[in-house]
Amino acid sequence: MADKLLEIDNLSVDFQLPTGSVSAVKGVSFDIRPGETLALVGESGSGKSVSSTAAMRLLPELATTSGAIRFKGEDLLQATPRRMRRIRGNAISMIFQEPMTSLNPLHRIGAQIAEVLARHKGTKGRAARGKVIELLEQVGIPEPARRIDSYPYELSGGQRQRVMIAMALACEPELLIADEPTTALDVTVQAQILALLKDLQARYGMAILFITHDLSVVRHFADRVCVMRRGELLESGETAEVFANPCHDYTRMLIDADPHGHKEPVADDVPVLLEARDVRVRFPIKKRLFRDSEYFEAVRGIDLTLRRGQTVGVVGESGSGKSTLGRALLRLLDSQGDIRFDETDLARLDTGGMRPLRAKMQVVFQDPYGSLSPRMTVGEVISEGLRVHHPEFNRHQREAQVIEALKEVALDPAMRNRYPHEFSGGQRQRIAIARALVLKPQFLLLDEPTSALDRSVQVTVIDLLRDLQRRHDLTYLFISHDLSVVRALADTVLVMKEGRVVERGPTEAIFADPQEAYTRELMRAAFIDAAA
Amino acid sequence: MLSYTLKRLLQAIPTLLIVITISFFLMRIAPGGPFDGERQLPPEIEANLEAAYHLDEPLPMQYLRYMGNLLQGDFGPSFKYKDFSVSELILQGFPVSLEIGGLAILLALLLGLPLGVIAAIRRNSAIDYAVMGTALAGIAIPNFVIAPILALVFGVLLAWLPAGGWNGGAWPNLVLPVIALSIQQIAYIARMMRASMIEVLGSHYIRTARAKGLSESQVILRHAIRPALLPVTSYLGPAIAGIITGSVVIEQIFGIPGIGRYFVQGALNRDYTLVMGTVVFYGALIVLMNLLVDLAYSALDPQIRYD
Repeated sequence: MADKLLEIDNLSVDFQLPTGSVSAVKGVSFDIRPGETLALVGESGSGKSVSSTAAMRLLPELATTSGAIRFKGEDLLQATPRRMRRIRGNAISMIFQEPMTSLNPLHRIGAQIAEVLARHKGTKGRAARGKVIELLEQVGIPEPARRIDSYPYELSGGQRQRVMIAMALACEPELLIADEPTTALDVTVQAQILALLKDLQARYGMAILFITHDLSVVRHFADRVCVMRRGELLESGETAEVFANPCHDYTRMLIDADPHGHKEPVADDVPVLLEARDVRVRFPIKKRLFRDSEYFEAVRGIDLTLRRGQTVGVVGESGSGKSTLGRALLRLLDSQGDIRFDETDLARLDTGGMRPLRAKMQVVFQDPYGSLSPRMTVGEVISEGLRVHHPEFNRHQREAQVIEALKEVALDPAMRNRYPHEFSGGQRQRIAIARALVLKPQFLLLDEPTSALDRSVQVTVIDLLRDLQRRHDLTYLFISHDLSVVRALADTVLVMKEGRVVERGPTEAIFADPQEAYTRELMRAAFIDAAA
Repeated sequence: MLSYTLKRLLQAIPTLLIVITISFFLMRIAPGGPFDGERQLPPEIEANLEAAYHLDEPLPMQYLRYMGNLLQGDFGPSFKYKDFSVSELILQGFPVSLEIGGLAILLALLLGLPLGVIAAIRRNSAIDYAVMGTALAGIAIPNFVIAPILALVFGVLLAWLPAGGWNGGAWPNLVLPVIALSIQQIAYIARMMRASMIEVLGSHYIRTARAKGLSESQVILRHAIRPALLPVTSYLGPAIAGIITGSVVIEQIFGIPGIGRYFVQGALNRDYTLVMGTVVFYGALIVLMNLLVDLAYSALDPQIRYD
């Protein structure tokens, strides 16, 4: 057994819910050898996180586990709680998907790392502090001797994930479980964190169990891959082998899940629908009574022209100002500069004057869970705009419009009396699109509409958007941090950084030959496998 | 921090001004006056009395006069306790009220917080249901019902403790009023602490703490309790206000010579200056307590820095 560090043997996990038993993992077996990297890949609900959390025995009490999880021959499912606590954070440690919330907000980061050292190694005081500084340095935190006394809120998401990694490495574990460690991070940061993990793995010789929904991330990262779906292990093998010859259709679909297609640019003589000149948005940081307030400039002078039927993709990392720009164009935020929509100067309109135009300019947001009111049925959500913009419609007319809108987005109109929580993320995003479409808009602001969705669902939503654009001659402003989605959908791309446009041009040209260093960096990070 | 404190104190001025103005005119709208007794006073004497206290002047004039005196720190003389100024009465009553109120808050925290924590840890167990059921009853039953029941059971039927009176602040006299005053707050604090603990225990950083290999008690003591205290801390402002208003009733029921009793008697007697004095005092106290609570909050949460 010496060649197997961790062996998962016929593991099943069931959750005992008030509504009955739900089985999340069904007889899964795999193993990890010392020093290797195993990727556990699957979309939401596949049981990948449940399997790894089971190995740490950190599942909630309502979960029942059967099978065996052997760590160096010892069955962890049979270990006493005391024994498990000796292993956690010591021989096996874990990093998580949520860097923003995984650190205790009230403790200094140094103290949080030192806690592991005190717990497992008995290292305290000066010695512990020295070790923590060393760890922070290894994970690439600048000025570690000063940063050690920072609180989590003073660090960015990427830095917080580095602190989590430092914490996980403190006791030099033999196995690191990384549960979607880069999913919540910008692409460039994701690439840095992956490189860091690889580097540390070489230094410490630890094995990594890498859990992800994104197969392309692990292509050059993992030695072996296990693909899971709905609690079952579909296939496993050497990474290169799985990518070259996937046995299962589902795996093939995951490998191939990058959205396809591209959009032909519209001709230069097509009339302009929306034109913006020198748009600026600033937010007050500090209000002062007698002096000028301090401002943060989120958007710093952007020009933009959208022709009918055009899709302009706006890309950039978080904080680049892309969402702020979108909201300013729709006058959902106050801004300076000229915005003309369909020959109307929006700056001159007050709230009442904007209202008739609102029907023509609609928006779909990123979060399909948060942006639909949980207290309204799908039909009510979709018809609400009709009540405002078409008060002349009676109930039957509204109903007919709702049914038509649901058909447009390929949902069963019979579902209109259900509530949003009964739908999956992809279905909810379709509902959000139907809500926008029912008003027969000319312009849709799509603010990361596919970012919260699984890759396989993303593809279908992108196809839907492309199809709707063709049928209704819609104009899109498509905001996304996901370059592959933008490449498939947009005919023109705008690359934003710190509130400014650093590069713009036809999609094909930008992707084929990016001019700016920043754009190249984004591309390299986004298409890791293409570059490597 | 200092400039923040000063700013908050400045903001308190309009608040207090509104409180004073409203209560001044409300008092005057209420029928009757300070010199209405069982026996009608001769009109000349009443006129003389009113002139002596400037009650014969037009109302706006009286208001300005009161505000002017207040600015000099003069609450005026009491109409009913003729040998005392309102300031003297407040200074006499405040230590008594402070003792009861302070003990009640202390008891509420000492009982409410651990009960909430235990209920959260043993969620959906018999202990949880018992604590939460009792807490619900504690919230539902008003203190003016609890106080006489306590006095009846422990003071009269069992005769373990005095049913009322102050007796110079001897501890047996303190027990029942303090319990009556704190029950509702114990219940609120236990419920809030439970809800907040449950939320914290489900958070990602608690998962991290467990993944470090900490024991459950280390997880709770080091990582869960402090963040769970934050919402409870912000409730302390209203809690103190609740204790103060509660003491008005409790002091009356147990016959305790605190400010609350002066307030009730002042209102019944139309002792304008006494009521106004206690209102101003209470108002300032609540504003001050809220400020202290907010400052305490920033001590707990490093992310909140006032400047």
